[in-house]
Amino acid sequence: MSIRFLDGGESCLVVELGEAINVALNRQVRALDLALEQARMEGVLEAVPTYRSLAIYYDPLIVGRDALWQQVGRLYDSLGAQDDRTPQVVEIPTVYGGEYGPDLEFVARYSGLSPEEVIRLHSEPFYHVYMLGFVAGFPYLGDLAERLAVPRLSTPRLKVPGGSVGIGGKQTGIYPIESPGGWRIIGRTSLRLFDPSSEVPTPILPGDMVRFVPIAPHVYAGE
Amino acid sequence: MQASSGDALEVVRPGLLTTVQDLGRIGYQRYGVPNSGAIDRAALRAANLLLDNEEGCAGLEATAEGPMLRALVDLVVAIVGADMQPLVDGQPVECGTAIGIRSGQILELQRARRGLRAYLAVAGGIDVPVILGSRSTCLPAAFGGFLGRTLQEGDRLQTGLVERSPAVLIGRRLPSGWLEPMGDILTVRVILGPQEDHFTPEGIRTFLSESYCITPQMDRVGARLQGPAIAHRSGADIISDSTPLGAIQVASDGQPMILLADRQTTGGYAKIAVVVQEDIGRLGQAAPGQVVRFCRVSLPEAYAALRAYQERFDALRRTWQSLPDKRASYRLRLGAGSYRVDVEGGRGTYRVHLEGVERTSEHADAQ
Repeated sequence: MSIRFLDGGESCLVVELGEAINVALNRQVRALDLALEQARMEGVLEAVPTYRSLAIYYDPLIVGRDALWQQVGRLYDSLGAQDDRTPQVVEIPTVYGGEYGPDLEFVARYSGLSPEEVIRLHSEPFYHVYMLGFVAGFPYLGDLAERLAVPRLSTPRLKVPGGSVGIGGKQTGIYPIESPGGWRIIGRTSLRLFDPSSEVPTPILPGDMVRFVPIAPHVYAGE
Repeated sequence: MQASSGDALEVVRPGLLTTVQDLGRIGYQRYGVPNSGAIDRAALRAANLLLDNEEGCAGLEATAEGPMLRALVDLVVAIVGADMQPLVDGQPVECGTAIGIRSGQILELQRARRGLRAYLAVAGGIDVPVILGSRSTCLPAAFGGFLGRTLQEGDRLQTGLVERSPAVLIGRRLPSGWLEPMGDILTVRVILGPQEDHFTPEGIRTFLSESYCITPQMDRVGARLQGPAIAHRSGADIISDSTPLGAIQVASDGQPMILLADRQTTGGYAKIAVVVQEDIGRLGQAAPGQVVRFCRVSLPEAYAALRAYQERFDALRRTWQSLPDKRASYRLRLGAGSYRVDVEGGRGTYRVHLEGVERTSEHADAQ
């Protein structure tokens, strides 16, 4: 697999490792990210791992693009399969349906399943976290059960409460903070997905596994 | 420098959209946290340098129509960027100068008649908590700055401690060339990529040769432009990846959108080019209706421009560092003796008086 270096302006080098969404490629991105972090190169400001590429932000008055290009190329060549951080499993306690998941009934009807089956199918898998993005703390999760794929709302809601668990097309995810949104909301978690007072502000990190754990409404409400 | 000095400014009227911003938050995009920070970084840096602040001190970013503020203590401020016709107690004061304001006086920024965003720096900097490495307000995630939001009537802001005497600062002025007016057509330099190969050669020609108009759909997240459609090769979608500051993404309707400080950290539209950093601030001063043209530069050209840009700030800093205070007294200690040295002048000509010899008390007492 050959890698591509792309310029995202004069202070961003995009290292593209492939052209697909799969866990193996995404792990390579994570591994390169980790190797870059450990190399502590002068002039590198931050790096953003995504599905299949690593964006490296740098100060070109300290390190030139070509020098960075070469150093990163060497890091990539010496990557081992064991370089990825051991993923943690993050459990997302989720109240499904009712006031917390107003669209659960719709998803059940659309997919021809009972609400209980929707909950079982949604809470069964371990979802790979490809990356964080979109808004603070939002995890891009992998591989929703095909039967649960539903179209988005034709008119997005102006306010979706923080913690809402939703399905949009073939994806599932969690809204970390209150925001507008067009996904079908099937539940809500009390887990705080973004806490700016913490130096690592998100409990879920790229490369982790996420699992939704059904809980009763009174557990959510803290009774 | 940032030990608090108590309430220093009270918001009488907040203006259209006024936030606390510094030069942004670095290192947290991987968690989905945008950089935020001043849109026109050059303006905030220059305003801070006028006041002997660190370049990255937090100030206020006012948009289109500025705030009215009451000084609760004596302050020195500087306003750089959009010309909001600032007034102190109703009397016009100049942009690009260090202005002394007495406790109780009212500073008013009005509607912008040139540019869009004005930066108000205060000697000592605006002091709000540092969150994730920055004092910038992150409006999309509602944290940072002043309680994570735009300023509102009655808010009270604190400043950091001031090291310089106001008399040294007041009256300083940015050299000419720092407040240039914007022309009818704004030329913005871009570096093609990272996904220019998602566009047809014709699409890239359209992008680089046609004019685009800034629409009213613009905020700290980005600016939507309107003009001849830019043709993709096969659709606008890419596998979502990182979105650099100034990236120009083109959605399926062929219209460009320039991503600014509060942008989403990842996005799924192909990015045809990225605006060079220096021009993002100029773009941030453009109001809806402004006509923009894109001009391609190479990476070496962008680096040369960036070096020149940085040298302008270095020169600005030296302008004031090389000058001693117009009139200052120093105490010079030599052995057990102490001298008063009065320095007068500037720009390379100093008159120095050495006055008298006093015995220093510490040494005398010790013996």
